[in-house]
Amino acid sequence: MDEQEYTKEFDLSIWKRLLPILAKYKWIYAALILAELVWSAVEVMVPLFQRYAIAEFISRSTLTGFVPFLLFYTAALVTQFFVSIGESQATMYIEMYLGRDMRRDMFRHLQTLSLSYYNVTPVGYLIARVMSDTSRIAGMLAWAFLDILSSSCYVVGALAAMLLLNWRLALVVIVIVPVIAVLTVWFQPRILHWNRRVRKLNSKITGAFNEGITGAKTIKTLVMEDRSVRDFEAATGEMYTAGVKAAKLNAMFIPLVMFFSSAAVAIVLLRGGYMTADGALEIATLSAFITYAVGIFEPVQNVASSIAEFISLQASIERVTSLLAEEPTVTDTPEVIEKYGDVFDPKRENWEPLKGDIEFKDVTFRYPDGGENVLEHFDLHIPAGTTVAIVGETGAGKSTLVNLACRFFEPTQGQILIDGRDYRERSQLWLHSNIGYVLQNPHLFSGSVKENIRYGKLDATDEEIAAAAKAVSADTVVAKLEQGWDSDVGEEGDRLSTGEKQLISFARAVLADPRIFVLDEATSSIDTQTEQYIQNAIDHLLKDRTSFLIAHRLSTIRKADLILVVRDGKIVERGTHLELLKKRGYYHDLYSRQFAEESAARVLGA
Amino acid sequence: MESHFKLPWREKTALIARHLKGNVRFFAATVLCSCASMVFHAMTPQIIGVTVDSILDDKQPSLPKWALDLMPLDWLRADPIRALWIAAGAVLVVELIYGVLVYGRRATLARGSEGFVKSLRDALYRHIEHLSFDWHTANSTGDIIQRCTSDVEVIRTFVCNQLTEVIRTVFLIFLYVSIMLSMNLTVSLVCLVFIPVVGLFSGVFYKGISGRFKVADEAEGEVTTCAQENFTGVRVVRAFGRERFEVDRFNEKNDRFSDLWVRLGRLLAVYWASGTLLTSLQVMAVIAAGTVEAVRGNLSVGSFTVLVTYGSSLAWPVRSLGRVLSDMSKAGVSLDRVGYILSAKEEQDLPEAENVALNGDIVFDHVTFGYGGQRVLEDVSFTIPRGSTFAILGGTGSGKSTLVHLLDRLYDLGDGQGAITVGGTDIRHIKREDLRRQIGLVLQEPFLFSKTIRENIAATRPEAAGEELRSAAAVACVDEAIAELKDGWDTVVGERGVTLSGGQKQRVAMARMLVQDAPVMIFDDSLSAVDAETDVKIRAALRERVKGATVILISHRVTTLMQADRILVLDNGRVADIGTHAELIARPGIYKDIYDIQMSSDDRRLIEEGGNP
Repeated sequence: MDEQEYTKEFDLSIWKRLLPILAKYKWIYAALILAELVWSAVEVMVPLFQRYAIAEFISRSTLTGFVPFLLFYTAALVTQFFVSIGESQATMYIEMYLGRDMRRDMFRHLQTLSLSYYNVTPVGYLIARVMSDTSRIAGMLAWAFLDILSSSCYVVGALAAMLLLNWRLALVVIVIVPVIAVLTVWFQPRILHWNRRVRKLNSKITGAFNEGITGAKTIKTLVMEDRSVRDFEAATGEMYTAGVKAAKLNAMFIPLVMFFSSAAVAIVLLRGGYMTADGALEIATLSAFITYAVGIFEPVQNVASSIAEFISLQASIERVTSLLAEEPTVTDTPEVIEKYGDVFDPKRENWEPLKGDIEFKDVTFRYPDGGENVLEHFDLHIPAGTTVAIVGETGAGKSTLVNLACRFFEPTQGQILIDGRDYRERSQLWLHSNIGYVLQNPHLFSGSVKENIRYGKLDATDEEIAAAAKAVSADTVVAKLEQGWDSDVGEEGDRLSTGEKQLISFARAVLADPRIFVLDEATSSIDTQTEQYIQNAIDHLLKDRTSFLIAHRLSTIRKADLILVVRDGKIVERGTHLELLKKRGYYHDLYSRQFAEESAARVLGA
Repeated sequence: MESHFKLPWREKTALIARHLKGNVRFFAATVLCSCASMVFHAMTPQIIGVTVDSILDDKQPSLPKWALDLMPLDWLRADPIRALWIAAGAVLVVELIYGVLVYGRRATLARGSEGFVKSLRDALYRHIEHLSFDWHTANSTGDIIQRCTSDVEVIRTFVCNQLTEVIRTVFLIFLYVSIMLSMNLTVSLVCLVFIPVVGLFSGVFYKGISGRFKVADEAEGEVTTCAQENFTGVRVVRAFGRERFEVDRFNEKNDRFSDLWVRLGRLLAVYWASGTLLTSLQVMAVIAAGTVEAVRGNLSVGSFTVLVTYGSSLAWPVRSLGRVLSDMSKAGVSLDRVGYILSAKEEQDLPEAENVALNGDIVFDHVTFGYGGQRVLEDVSFTIPRGSTFAILGGTGSGKSTLVHLLDRLYDLGDGQGAITVGGTDIRHIKREDLRRQIGLVLQEPFLFSKTIRENIAATRPEAAGEELRSAAAVACVDEAIAELKDGWDTVVGERGVTLSGGQKQRVAMARMLVQDAPVMIFDDSLSAVDAETDVKIRAALRERVKGATVILISHRVTTLMQADRILVLDNGRVADIGTHAELIARPGIYKDIYDIQMSSDDRRLIEEGGNP
């Protein structure tokens, strides 16, 4: 997905937005910290066991007390074993449920955002926010937190142990700690930067594959194979450079850290050796010291790089929280919600029945993302049961009127009345529950045919579903499918043809039994038999309903009581078919052209 | 879709070897650095051990005689202070060399690995671009991309990370164990017992749990799909007022996915902790056995610490070895999937094919063709005289696009399917690239690249002058539309940029074709989305521009067709009629029917015809 650069400074206020999400898990975090203390204590003890073995048994050449020693050692390890299980489980719990909470909140919030938001936001962007950003945040808040916690506990414990064993020798080791920290602070942002670049190039290469495959026919006909291969190789070349660069930074960083930690070992060996030679230090203590010196720097580096990675999380947090803060542009007033309920908890008992009389009163409208007014002081009365066809070229803005009537957008000025009352006086869901919508590219959901039809009325019985399907000949689709009603339609219905999807979506609309019906007609060619079914289905749906037809076919246009002609976003003509033809204006031009196309197709198809 | 394609074992190795070539030296250096670094890494504990034993204490380190002979122990003992300095210096030097070797290993591996994956990706892309059109229609884009990205990544991990990791770990075990054995047999054996236990535990666990990983991953896929369908279908959701239902459905999948992972996490936690416990026990066992041996006088203190260090260093690599080995089986499947693409046959020219100028008549000679068992063209014969304008009229599925595909050799005619000749030369004897370069083609639904408009129009000739591009754009009536865009000619179109309308795309594609300057031009219903006025303007400008070229038009519009010198009427894959406009309207037939309807569409007729389809 798009990898926006967020090179902002550290900003505490962004991090504070996480607190409400984390609050639920505070006890688990507390338990985690406690468990980590125990775990680290055992980890710090291991070199001490070694020291004890040398001092008590080897130096004295005796095995007295060896068995209790081993028992205690084992007990410590078993304790660590159980603590460690609990710890990992708790961390996994935090990661998954924190992610789940964020995904749930975002998804729910997105259901309330207006269509205008969806019009300007690519689906890929939303998916990346809901899926990737949340799992990154949750993963870091769980595992990176655990990492930082356990590493710092160990470092503190080991330092304490060393100070207790011999504070002068301990100071030698402590001097190296800031060196490692500084190294990490220098390297980590650079490593992260190159890693990000590698990720970016990776998606660029995926994009190039996509274009090379979907555009294969064009590339062949233009004989551009070699050029496109060269472009591709340039991209992979960039990837090579960036990949090597990122890996080299890493390759330099790790050995440097290791070298400094072995410098500490060398110093311990030298200083400790002096002391041992003078009799001021036992050999056993020296060996424990060396083990600490070897083991302490990896956790130090761990803490530093986890913190650096943690800071880079800020961009993800910002994206997630800003999406959650996004305000819908179409909202119900508190009074309306009070009476009619919101989308999640409707108060259906207070809903008045909808008859379907729609009136545009002095409506002026422009889309929220700018541009000029597409409607100005527009008046139109659509009595209940009227069929309105909207015609015009592709991309002329035919959906505007439907968007307004369905309250996907609200007028910039003026009013839209439904059954004589401003539609803002009642809830969006009240209106939407009375609309049946069939799209140009019908949208189905993964799942069976039956589930898809049931979407129109969630409590419908199988008989009702079958009846609805029969009414619009969608049962002919079902008959062709191997598993009948329970056949899976595939992701977004991609196992069915456009015509079949359309019939299913008609059935869905019939089941909903809406007062207002909207059809955005398909332009793509559909075989004659299916076409016939679709025409019958449309007839069935138009009966007794207020309908909007965004029409392409003459047969559909002719069904209308009123035709609105759209050009460059504006309504330029309106009237009945005959009136408009007589006018010999733009409609006449459009219609005769369409007529020529369709008649030719009819002759050729016959 | 060939989903069960299996690449023979030998060819899998060959595939990997082919892309390793040129990078072999990097991998060799990686392995070399890796092994050498292990040797140096093993030295530091020994230096410390010898120091403890011989300088601070007065014991003989438990080392083989040859190793002891190498060290001037008596000289070192003579001055302990000097000896300590030497020991500390030795640690630094050894660790410095070790550091350099680790850097070398990682840096060479990066070069080798990036080089390998570049070579594989480039080969895939090049191959895909040269595969037949047939292959492209038979395979879905998403599936191919998956193979070129995820599967390539699995193979890269296998070759570059897992293989080198296995070599490294095996060498490490071998090295440490043999040193340990030479120091103390009992302690070594105690430590050795743990190696297969830890390795097996790790491998078996991962194998057992991989099914659960798959289920959990699929559950995540379902969450993504659910969200995706909701976002793309937002209009449907809103129009039916199904927000509540959608939230419930999403939560159910979201919960299931999270629960699955939490449950998986319970198992993983046990596995991780057991692994740690086992390795800690291994260290403890070494300490215990070492203590006993030391007390018995079979082991010096210094050597005791060395063995403990080795014991701890072995723990992790052994654990990861088990996991890596059980993970490696994935690579086989990925190699099959990538091999499926690479072993598909590329488009190939006949050996005797040559470059031929397309300056003769185009002749379709008894062409019969079909695909997928379905006949599309049936004994089609006609001639397109050089420099003439030729029109084709036909319904959906009449075979008119197939004619074009055949002429451009996107499909080739087989034996006994007739022939297509240009100036008497069978087009199968013309080099494919040469042929296509001389045929300009505009499709009804053209494909534009995610590049700037300028780059799109100049696609076939990037060196073309700006003036040339502008004049092509002017003929296609798209120059003004381009000027109106915010970034003008530098506007990026397609997926990553501005979306153009269908008509604009068709006109940009037409300009692109005009720049190609081909002697044969085909317009496959390529002005269908352009409005009537513009259509007339474009056709007039085109007539000026294409003088001398052979033009093939496919259209439904009589006004377009009638300008042609000859018109072919195609019906269900057969030639229904052919002739000039005047000839065709003089006799009854499909063309005349359409002409009558389209040309006499006066108001009365519009109303009548419209009323009774």
